[in-house]
Amino acid sequence: MAPADPTADGICPAPRLDPGSDQWVQVLSGAGPQREAALARLHDLLLRIARGELQRRGSRLRLTGPELDDLAYQAAADALLAIVAKLGQFRGESKFTTWAYKFVILEVSAKIGRHFWANPGVPMDVEDWERLPDRFGLDPARETERRELAGAVRRAVDEHLTPRQRQIFVAIVLNGVPMDALVGELGTTRNAIYKTMFDARRKLRDTLAAQGYLSDQTSRHA
Amino acid sequence: MNGWTALDRFLKTDPRDVGCGEAIELLHVYAELAATDASAARRYPGIAAHLAACGPCGEDFEGLLAAIRGPAL
Repeated sequence: MAPADPTADGICPAPRLDPGSDQWVQVLSGAGPQREAALARLHDLLLRIARGELQRRGSRLRLTGPELDDLAYQAAADALLAIVAKLGQFRGESKFTTWAYKFVILEVSAKIGRHFWANPGVPMDVEDWERLPDRFGLDPARETERRELAGAVRRAVDEHLTPRQRQIFVAIVLNGVPMDALVGELGTTRNAIYKTMFDARRKLRDTLAAQGYLSDQTSRHA
Repeated sequence: MNGWTALDRFLKTDPRDVGCGEAIELLHVYAELAATDASAARRYPGIAAHLAACGPCGEDFEGLLAAIRGPAL
């Protein structure tokens, strides 16, 4: 992965806070009943965002009503704790509420990821390479092409990936384990898993291109 | 799209991709910009490249955008 270019995606000097954000920061930085009221109001906002986000992702989740609401409450509570702990890091680059909503969206993702293991479907270490063509939408009737694709990718994985890259590739691509579910299972971060997959993807593509399966522009089978 | 083309698309990487860490660090800035005008991807090409390639971060971005654009709270 290329190093971040600070001139391209860097942070500008912090602007002055807008009035609404300034009010949030002032009250949450204070003490007494005003702060308690602001915390309660912020929790309500976060809970509403968490519920909305779970509803937005609804059809892809294996969660039902009471579980969904429990998860929303947990996400809102944990996001509130994180926001209070990191309040000093808010620089006013966005509205305070936008910054705060990010915390609860990330909490929702993390909790959905952890919930995956309640009913994972496929053990993480099982390798069924016959499923690979389905992952890339290859017609079941095209048996020769399916065997060729699965065989070429498997050889490239076996011969060119590190054990860690192979483990993560198999989990995500063959077994369909969500990246956020792997975070807790492997005791790592989303960023580290993405970086491992990024390097694995690049290595596999270089290998398959060198073998004539893929080219820079199109695959030979396109 | 056949299987090879889909595989090729999956394996392609964008050298501008900043990774999850930086994308999440600036996600609130990027999402607010994206919600109000179309210049977010031009101003933050590395984040745009990442969100296009990373399913979980893309999902978080869509969620934050929906939260920003939601009914007034």
